[in-house]
Amino acid sequence: MNAPLQTPASVKTTCPYCGVGCGVLARPDGRGGAMIAGDPDHPANFGRLCSKGAALGDTLGLKTRLLHPLVRNERGVLNRASWDDALGTIADGLRDTIERHGPDSVAFYLSGQLLTEDYYVANKLMKGFIGSANVDTNSRLCMASSVAGHRRVFGEDVVPGCYADFDTADLIVLVGSNAAWCHPVLYQRIIANKRDRGAKLVVIDPRRTASAEDADLFLGIAPGMDTVLFSGLLVFLADQGALDLDYIAAYSDGFATALAQARRLAPDMTSVAAATKLAITDVEQFFRLFQATPKIVTAFSQGVNQSAQGTDKVAAIIQCHLATGRIGMEGQTPFSLTGQPNAMGGREVGGLANQLAAHMDFTPREIDRVRRFWRAQRMATHPGLKAVDLFEAVARGEIKALWVMGTNPVVSLPDADAARAALRKLDLFVVSENVCSNDTVAAGAHIVLPAAAWGEKDGTVTNSERRIARQRPFLPLPGQARPDWWIVSEVAKRLGFGDAFSYRSAADIFREHAALSAFENNHTRAFNIGGLADLDDAAFAVMTPVQWPVSSRAGGTSRLFADGGYCHADGKASFAAVADVALAEPLHDNFPLRLNTGRIRDQWHTMTRTGLSARLGLHLMEPFVEVHPDDAAFYGLGDGEFARLRTRHGACVLKVVLTPGQQRGSVFAPIHWSNETASDARIGALIAPLTDPVSGQPEAKATPVAVAPVTFRYRGFVLARDVPDWPAESWWARVAVNGGDAYLFAGNAELTVWQGWANRVFGNDVELADYCDQQKGECRVAAFREGRLAGALFVSASGLPLWDTVKALFDSDAVDDSARRLLLSGKTADGVAQPGPTVCACFNVGLNPIRACIAQGATTPAAIGMATKAGTNCGSCIPELKRLLHHDAAPLAI
Amino acid sequence: MGEPLVVIGNGMAAAHFVDALTRAALGRFAIAVVGEERQLAYNRVLLSSVLAGDVARNEIELHPAQWWVDRGVTLLTGHRAVAIDTAIRRVRLAGGATLPYRHVVLATGSRPARPAIPGIDRPGVLTFRDMADIEALSVGPGSKVVVIGGGLLGLEAAYGLAKAGAQVALVHLMDRLMERQLDARAAAMLRDAVEAIGVDVLLQAQTARIEGRRRANAVVLADGRVLEADKVVVATGISPNVDLAYATGLSVGRGIVVDDHMCTSHTGISAIGECAEHRGVCYGLVEPAYEQARVLARRLAGHNASYAGSILSTNLKVSGVHVFSAGDFLGAPGTESIVYSDAGLKHYKKFVIAEGRLVGAVLFGDTGDARWYLDLIRNGTPIEAFRDDLAFGRALAERVAA
Repeated sequence: MNAPLQTPASVKTTCPYCGVGCGVLARPDGRGGAMIAGDPDHPANFGRLCSKGAALGDTLGLKTRLLHPLVRNERGVLNRASWDDALGTIADGLRDTIERHGPDSVAFYLSGQLLTEDYYVANKLMKGFIGSANVDTNSRLCMASSVAGHRRVFGEDVVPGCYADFDTADLIVLVGSNAAWCHPVLYQRIIANKRDRGAKLVVIDPRRTASAEDADLFLGIAPGMDTVLFSGLLVFLADQGALDLDYIAAYSDGFATALAQARRLAPDMTSVAAATKLAITDVEQFFRLFQATPKIVTAFSQGVNQSAQGTDKVAAIIQCHLATGRIGMEGQTPFSLTGQPNAMGGREVGGLANQLAAHMDFTPREIDRVRRFWRAQRMATHPGLKAVDLFEAVARGEIKALWVMGTNPVVSLPDADAARAALRKLDLFVVSENVCSNDTVAAGAHIVLPAAAWGEKDGTVTNSERRIARQRPFLPLPGQARPDWWIVSEVAKRLGFGDAFSYRSAADIFREHAALSAFENNHTRAFNIGGLADLDDAAFAVMTPVQWPVSSRAGGTSRLFADGGYCHADGKASFAAVADVALAEPLHDNFPLRLNTGRIRDQWHTMTRTGLSARLGLHLMEPFVEVHPDDAAFYGLGDGEFARLRTRHGACVLKVVLTPGQQRGSVFAPIHWSNETASDARIGALIAPLTDPVSGQPEAKATPVAVAPVTFRYRGFVLARDVPDWPAESWWARVAVNGGDAYLFAGNAELTVWQGWANRVFGNDVELADYCDQQKGECRVAAFREGRLAGALFVSASGLPLWDTVKALFDSDAVDDSARRLLLSGKTADGVAQPGPTVCACFNVGLNPIRACIAQGATTPAAIGMATKAGTNCGSCIPELKRLLHHDAAPLAI
Repeated sequence: MGEPLVVIGNGMAAAHFVDALTRAALGRFAIAVVGEERQLAYNRVLLSSVLAGDVARNEIELHPAQWWVDRGVTLLTGHRAVAIDTAIRRVRLAGGATLPYRHVVLATGSRPARPAIPGIDRPGVLTFRDMADIEALSVGPGSKVVVIGGGLLGLEAAYGLAKAGAQVALVHLMDRLMERQLDARAAAMLRDAVEAIGVDVLLQAQTARIEGRRRANAVVLADGRVLEADKVVVATGISPNVDLAYATGLSVGRGIVVDDHMCTSHTGISAIGECAEHRGVCYGLVEPAYEQARVLARRLAGHNASYAGSILSTNLKVSGVHVFSAGDFLGAPGTESIVYSDAGLKHYKKFVIAEGRLVGAVLFGDTGDARWYLDLIRNGTPIEAFRDDLAFGRALAERVAA
């Protein structure tokens, strides 16, 4: 007998989802999973977790994981390969491409999911040794406008405040942020502040989101008009004499020009109200609240960033804080809410194509500095291509080799169908992934590498408040999975750069990264973690969360800029004049609505992890589009029905959800579903690839779109353990359930087609039960294997059938006969009498009531007949009654 | 002394009638029961169980001798009534004795049909109807029996014989078993169940002749196949036993014509059970017979009682499987149907619906709610409110409706 496993200790790590960066305690269960809890000592969350974080344990299985390298053969099939073969093929391909087409013909596309150390190594290889800056990241789709706004105004990508400011502010303004769903733990701190201290909450968003539910003032702004609103605020504050002129004079320049432009855009509240389509009283209320409240945090996220004028929006917001001196002090700061767990870490190492490394730029002096530090053989000399441009260069055949790490651009990029098509043109297409299939791998990756996942990775991440925290492994690397830094270093070695990539651990890389941040810094760069550069391995192992700058061993920094100290060469902040405000693409008769996009509460990005959790799947099960009831009536859409959305770039079909919280003229669809999880719901394919001229971030929330009803005769669900191929023109969405997968679907195939389909999908080695009410349009099939429910299909012409009972049985080890007999009703057996097998056919008396009657003392068939009527008509069951009497009444053998 | 009442026939209908009458009006009638078979009235439904050896012969008696005594019934078993002299109101028995009557109840049942098959009269060709047949049918293990007829009787015989160890071939003219009670799918499932106990089922098989030098030893089919047989059982149907009624001059169609009060064309003579023809229908099942028996007993006891016919339903255990059918179970054009099956549990249910009401049903394997379905059919209960639950039984439907 095995000795019982000792209870392993909890490992302190960091949640891999949003930018809040909550501390997590993971206690491995010894069977490949772990118990997950919030870390009560972590300053981001003090023990709280949101629904996604709390369900991390559901996502740890190996069912969908890629466990060994794959290389595509001549026939297009991905075959298992050794690491050595795969890495050698990549190195040969990169070397060959560079030799023939130059360094700018290769590119890396990285992810805010990577750890800082992974990012650092990839960035170093591309910018210091391949000699190109074509290394960009999905953070471009997420945070680039905040980066650009920070750099324009502050001189560096710096968030001035910290989470504690949300606890002490008296006014919190959320702009383009549904923090209640997208940064839930931080949002709970806002709510606690409201509750305990009476802080006011203003929510500015074209949609009345979950965050608006708690708002003291909700401003349902017209799409794209944030800059007008904040320019109007600046003008209002100036006119009210509410500016901090001393602060402006001491620590900034360019204010007069910026104010003049603001005045041109938004001369008074009337013009603001007109442009933003807000009630003038609401505008005034907001402005006066801002004026009257010293301690304000203005937090912004994708609603601001994902815009072709995102940089201006960020600047317009920041400048209101700057001009009133509400910055760098307790409860006073503009605050960029980061989307991903390590978007900021990626920015620190230079993971964006327009930054070099460690917050340094492509100036000759800085290029030289980094070259010397890295002992680089071939430094990039100019910025590389930003994400959208990068994939367009792939489409034009200018980039010949692409390595995607930890992201799913075929789902997340704008104009995603075009991106997918472009990938086919690559000479070398490498993907480092956790999962064995996703839309990007399916787009024809030549080599797929098994990367370590959360729970296995070792390194650091930086959250929205500049806090560097450890992600620690608590599970062994499965199969042949390896950390991304190891994979990149191994390719670098094979390219002949072994001396510069001889890392033994994440700690090695972190020390080098920290040293670079301090290298010839002399207070010219706020990002300085030189104080961590000499952590030994043991100290790195136990490193506690710390906010940069960490220029000495004394510790981190909560806030910056209270007393100036900005990062432009003159040490000042710089007010910028914003451009005239307009959305990138005007509406058109054929595309009369705006397509807004975003996240939902319980899914993360393309669902490769959260999509594995049954509890997360239940929140919003199907890809949907939210439509205002008046728009729905105009376009003929009904709640719960379906709509085809079409833009100039792509189309999809989504379930219609009517909500008055949706602004008229605008519809909203979530970004999460891919071809892995739904038939026709890749929103990225619809989004215009139009970007902010400074940040390069695409305008993901305002693409002109047309909507039209789509009619399906049938709705239904499938429970299955393998992925079925669907009848033609079916609409479906996958939902994780305990015991397998569920698919909610709609279609027009006839019931007989569905029945035949079920027979194929559920296999030959099952017992099938079926139910069909042809006239009512009901068809149900259940498949049983060895007493378990192996699969189920329910199709109905009268709406999505009930599935809770069937779903529960799907997860059950055994389905007893009584549950089985009711299963295809879709209803629970609770409270339904179970007579058992029929004994008396005439009066339909079952075995169970007869047994009960015998147990109560009946000794003859006549007595049973008196009580139950059994045997009192034709009498043919009387011999059986006698046997039951004999058997049930027999004394126990001794 | 009560009014003299003579029951001719001592089968299940007769026994049920006596039971009902003596409950309703004990002592008012002096009852005599005349039966050709020597034994006490028994449960004919269980004959196949006796044949199979599942049940002892005496176990299928409907009532013990004392039961009849307690009710003052004169039991004349082993006697045949040969005439009813309506002029003098006497029933004459084969030995010449006569019984006076005020009422006669004809419960003469039916006899096996004997189709015109060459060789059907050879020794070794048997029927399956009464206890005497059972004795003649007793077979040793391994003996070969051909059963002609795939209706209820044939199946019962085949089941009993197979369980008793015989090698049984079941020959049926139609393309499915029990075609009058089952639809194609239920019939196919029944065939599987019958074959599972070792019966060889031959469908669309017409018997050309029965061969044998003296005794029957083979059945030859129209397609030329020859089935060896130590015994042949003919179970192709029954015909109402109307000889006595005919001789008495009663109005006779296929059966003895009765009205809604079970009265024949002669005052004082009633008929019930398989021998009776009510509104043009002769019923071959126990339940209508019992219904008729109760109606007649109530009328004779002085109550208003009439019989409006039975919705045809079959609810029985055949070859060890519960089956039920009722009403328009095949589904006439324009009707709707709900079908449920579970191959693993060997359950099958079909419901035929017209204008929002259940008009027919077939159940195979799970007949637990057959009575409820029959009531729904008989009462014409609107079912749309619980249509989705109908197939899953009364308990679910009534919980949901509640």
